[in-house]
Amino acid sequence: MLKTVLAPRFAVPLVLAVLVVGLSFALPSNFYLRVAALVWISALAVIGLNLLMGYAGQVSLGHAGFFGIGAYAVAVLPAQFSLHPLLAALAGALAAGLLAYVVGRPILRLKGHYLAVATLGFGMLIAMTISNEAWLTGGPDGMPVERLTLLGWRVRGADTWYWITGGLLVIGAWIAGNLVASPTGRALRALHDSEVAARVAGIDVARAKLTVFVISAVYAAVAGAALALVNGFVTPDKANFMHSIELVTMVVLGGMGSILGSVAGAAILVVLPQVLTSFHDYEHMVLGLIMMVIMIVLRSGIVPGLASLLTGRRK
Amino acid sequence: MRSTDPLLEVSGLRSAYGRIEALHGVSLQVDAGEIVALVGGNGAGKTTLLRTISGVQPMSGGGLSFAGRDISRASPHARVAAGIAQVPEGRQIFAPLAIEDNLRLGAYLRKDAEIAADLARVYDLFPVLKERRKNPAGGLSGGQQQMLAIGRALMSRPKLLLLDEPSMGLAPVLVDQVFEIITRLNREDGVTVFLVEQNAFAALSIATRGYVIETGEIAMEGKGSDLLADDRVREAYLGV
Repeated sequence: MLKTVLAPRFAVPLVLAVLVVGLSFALPSNFYLRVAALVWISALAVIGLNLLMGYAGQVSLGHAGFFGIGAYAVAVLPAQFSLHPLLAALAGALAAGLLAYVVGRPILRLKGHYLAVATLGFGMLIAMTISNEAWLTGGPDGMPVERLTLLGWRVRGADTWYWITGGLLVIGAWIAGNLVASPTGRALRALHDSEVAARVAGIDVARAKLTVFVISAVYAAVAGAALALVNGFVTPDKANFMHSIELVTMVVLGGMGSILGSVAGAAILVVLPQVLTSFHDYEHMVLGLIMMVIMIVLRSGIVPGLASLLTGRRK
Repeated sequence: MRSTDPLLEVSGLRSAYGRIEALHGVSLQVDAGEIVALVGGNGAGKTTLLRTISGVQPMSGGGLSFAGRDISRASPHARVAAGIAQVPEGRQIFAPLAIEDNLRLGAYLRKDAEIAADLARVYDLFPVLKERRKNPAGGLSGGQQQMLAIGRALMSRPKLLLLDEPSMGLAPVLVDQVFEIITRLNREDGVTVFLVEQNAFAALSIATRGYVIETGEIAMEGKGSDLLADDRVREAYLGV
């Protein structure tokens, strides 16, 4: 019994749930709750991307594109077709998944740098579409997002969104943990290590890659939709190249192939810029320095790095 | 002696890397219950032939049929489902994964209830794997990794086991062990074996029949013991 509870796929969502509940008492003001909600949202997208990068070993430099699709779905669909925001979010997630399925087939045949450039181009295409179709999306200025109402209750306030996004994160981590522990998860780690061996073990490598690409796109779209609803406003910069890079950085910084690492990576890159504002002009320099030091000291990322340091000492 | 319907039939098989053809029309067959060895030097096309049979290397001509079915266009995973399992060259175990996860991946396409029994059988053949089943496979020695690679292939319950250089990089005592296991699998579990080897002596000693491949073509064929006694084979591959 205790052993099943301690298995990573149960332990990780449990740890996160405790973290979400615990922080709600510790955080002193709405400002902190809001920053925490932003961390949970980024972490959700990063968990999805980590399934693709850390487990299956495939890179995507265009994930902000899927994030943008989710965000703009909850902005555009209610405004144009007066769709309920929740249905719009669902439609955004479906659209991102479908698009990932269609572009993933040709793109995922590529490897390494070629895959990186292809996904980069794909992400830019989405960002440009969002920026250029001003009649629909408001163009570079962005557009407002209709407030979410559930059964007549207007969802508002930093604390409410803290709980909703925290809940989404725990659910996302739980699903990801189950996926990783399933035969599909084993197949992903296998093809990461050796595609030839995975093939002769009977794994349909192309299909396994496509599956995880679609799943990671849906994670990004759900996170994008959540961010749009929390902010009440969307801008194209959440779909652009810099945001894709930010997501990839969060994966690597937190730890490839670690779900808790995804949360740690997101937390660092969302919280640190807020903390470092006291350095004024030197803010970005200090942030860059901290990131470099983390990668040099903890080469495999924050969570796996710390874990191996701790177990290493015990031995 | 031979039954009329071979388990694996390779006819006029051609395969190329870009414009360089590596197999110039190879024909051979493996009957159910046999151990067939393919021996030859470096670059003769042994590994290419095996990879073409398992489907990870495209073929450019000729025919390939397994258990009476044409499989020349089947994808690698469909061939595994049909009953072909390959132990790839250089073992290619999944180093960061636990030993047991490696074995379970061998049964990836299976949904039946006997996976646990087959896992027990592999542990029975290779007790060292059971002792360390929770550890990452990368920590195993070369010989143990070879055993894991064979075990992983067995987990798909193959009718035909393809072995690519099982003796490569192993100490002589381990080579004997591995070849003894292969004989046992053939005798006790009824697995048909097609193995490719540079170590011609070890391979031909356990083989029912053998083929000699030279620069992408079959040069000789015969019973394992006959090839071992053949002067040309002895001179070229056995160094006597």
